[in-house]
Amino acid sequence: MSEEYVLELEHIRKEYPGVVALKDMTLRLKPGEILALIGENGAGKSTLIKSCSGAVIPTSGKIRVNGKEFDSMTPQLAAENGIAIIYQEFNNVKELSAAENLFLGRPIRKGMVIDKKAMEEEAKKAFDRLNIRIDPAELMKNLTVGYQQMVEIAKAVQQNARILIMDEPSAPLTTAEVESMFKVVEQLRSEGVSIIYISHRLDEIYRLSDRIQVIRDGEYVTTLITKDSEVQELIKLMVGRELTQTYPPRENCVSDEVVLELDGVTGNGDRDISLQVRKGEILGLGGLVGAGRTELAEMIFGAVPMQSGTMKYKGKEIHPKSPREAIDLGIALVPEDRKRHGAMLGISIKNNINMPIYERNSTMSVIDTKREHEIAETHRRNMAIKTPTLEQLVKNLSGGNQQKVILGRWMAADSELIIFDEPTRGIDIGAKYEIYKLMNDLVEKEGKSIIMISSEMEELLGMSDRVVVLAEGEVTGVLEKDDFSQEAVMTYASAAQQQ
Amino acid sequence: MEAAKTTERAENKLGSFVKNQAIWLVFIVLMIAFTIASPNFLTVNNLMIMLRQVAVWGIASVGMMFVILLGEIDLSVGSLITFVNIMCAMLMVDAGMNMWLAVLLTLAVSTGVGLLNGFMVSTLGIPSLIATFATQTAFAGIALLMCGGQPVSGLPEEFGIFGAERIGVVPVPVIIMAVCFAVGSFVLNKTYFGRYFYAVGGNAEAARLSGIRTGRVNYLAFALSGFFAGLAGIVLLSRTNSGMGNAGLGYEFRVITCVVLGGVSVNGGSGKISGVVAGTFIIGALNNGMVLLNINSYVQQIVLGIVLVLAVSFDSLQRKRLERK
Repeated sequence: MSEEYVLELEHIRKEYPGVVALKDMTLRLKPGEILALIGENGAGKSTLIKSCSGAVIPTSGKIRVNGKEFDSMTPQLAAENGIAIIYQEFNNVKELSAAENLFLGRPIRKGMVIDKKAMEEEAKKAFDRLNIRIDPAELMKNLTVGYQQMVEIAKAVQQNARILIMDEPSAPLTTAEVESMFKVVEQLRSEGVSIIYISHRLDEIYRLSDRIQVIRDGEYVTTLITKDSEVQELIKLMVGRELTQTYPPRENCVSDEVVLELDGVTGNGDRDISLQVRKGEILGLGGLVGAGRTELAEMIFGAVPMQSGTMKYKGKEIHPKSPREAIDLGIALVPEDRKRHGAMLGISIKNNINMPIYERNSTMSVIDTKREHEIAETHRRNMAIKTPTLEQLVKNLSGGNQQKVILGRWMAADSELIIFDEPTRGIDIGAKYEIYKLMNDLVEKEGKSIIMISSEMEELLGMSDRVVVLAEGEVTGVLEKDDFSQEAVMTYASAAQQQ
Repeated sequence: MEAAKTTERAENKLGSFVKNQAIWLVFIVLMIAFTIASPNFLTVNNLMIMLRQVAVWGIASVGMMFVILLGEIDLSVGSLITFVNIMCAMLMVDAGMNMWLAVLLTLAVSTGVGLLNGFMVSTLGIPSLIATFATQTAFAGIALLMCGGQPVSGLPEEFGIFGAERIGVVPVPVIIMAVCFAVGSFVLNKTYFGRYFYAVGGNAEAARLSGIRTGRVNYLAFALSGFFAGLAGIVLLSRTNSGMGNAGLGYEFRVITCVVLGGVSVNGGSGKISGVVAGTFIIGALNNGMVLLNINSYVQQIVLGIVLVLAVSFDSLQRKRLERK
């Protein structure tokens, strides 16, 4: 059996406090094949890669490389056993040449000095072997993203990698660059290198791979021979599970009044986005990570200016140039990265809640501290934030409570359109339910409108009144409640490239 | 888990208590040590001398604190003090301007220089280390150019009110310093700008996304730094009674030491005015005590360098400990 596979993962399990990232993952890679690995956001792909690279130590399970058995890898072990990983973010030094990057950390030396010429010659050979035309002396920063990736691949090959794991390699590339990358990958396969190719783009997978492994919720689902499988079948397998989680019930309270209307909004990586949000509606924005949803939210919130198109808020055309302007109009953003963009961790709950309205509640710049306290207390109560005191620093709160502080802040600012970017990311189950209830109350009782960006299929379909799906910066589909299905969202989400 | 959290909180509380009060402990220990070492140290007269010596740095440190709270730095303070010294002296001596008018004009100009720093840092995006280093260099040159390297003397007698006179036993500069600390405390604790400094210094992006116009906060911090440096310069001029072309040489580092020693994090976002008061007093005690003990002035510099390193490492160790959690 060990003769047949170069890499085997057997029943890998990885637990983090409170979360199981991988439940029971199995993977078998044959010599000289391209194995595509697909799964939804959060299916466990990155944890799986990290288990192979040694960045993550599995809780249990075995890893076998060329028949040698390991409990876990280390970066050194991975390299010694010929495993290399091409990440989405390159590990290169922009100010050094392609050749120097190729030999980063292990330069060819002549005594004490590095031998640039020898490195450039060796790099030339490595590039030639893969049919890449790059001048080895060129600085990394002058190379296109596609060529930078080629250097990464050449580096892996140079270090005798026999197992190459590529994490969404086509994501940053242009169509022409993707084509060259395919050629290099196919060249490697013909030399007997085994490749795990991770991608959301089904067309690429059909074009390149020999077999496809589907994973879901941290578990192995199945492996298919590429040429015997069908797209619809794959999508079903990826989303596969039944919608089990329950969501707090909500009366349909969507009115006809349009609160926000986008027409041909372009900028920040998005093109020609048109959509409407009505009063009392939760509009879901579906799509894969990197589809341009957060970018759209940033434009609506004024954090990044839009380039063209029109945005109408309550019938009036608006051009928010800063979050301040958007906030004063009544638009709020609950960002995805709570710790970096949302809560101000080093200051108190009270200050966090009052932050957008301090100027309103000050006379001659002096804060009305009584009112400050009352406002904070009101929203602490409404949001049921668990804390002994309002002076508590936000960094000492749980994720769910931090999220409630941010929500309280926008309620204090009288926001009417609230954009939630992944509202329950990193929040435990119990607190999730509370956040959902709060969101329901907002639309149902307070008549607010919500745009909810969610990569969790269940959440998206469970909470939204309507879903707009984006792919690569464009709207690819709109689903009314009656048409909701995981397959439909998935199809639209991976649509852009197929058509 | 809940219990672990509680002890963690208790530890945090203890940690922050130690952090906030340790600086005063250091001050007390220093005072005791110098009192034992020199019989002339703990006298009302000497304490007043000590406070008067640090008044200039103390006043400027209020402005510097706002800048450091944002995680920025203002190196132009020393040169600005020199420039203000010359400018204010020449306005009165050479231009024969009314004393109060000269003082107001000087303060306006120094605030303007602060705004220029704010413009370079916030609007042009130049790192504050470089931008204020540039103003430092330029204004040192401007000051020397204006006075031709010669002291400007012959100031009106009543100008002594800012630096040379006393009310009771307390020198006026000490009173001005106390008022500055009070104003700084008021701005930080009672006005919304105060909240903004902590918010922007702690996490500028989150602050911006909460609706704070972060650019304005930057301008304000540098303007305040310029204003307080201007005031410090006027006090210094009044005390020395003549404008010198090198009056504020190296003062920026003394001022930064006062602020950082006082527990204001150089990474921005945390610090209290009471800490800066303590930091200023410690520098005063060290300076004064070492002079009384006849410690070589070169050695004094070494001691101040070590003190600065200790102060900053305390802060960064604290931060590292938090990050590891």
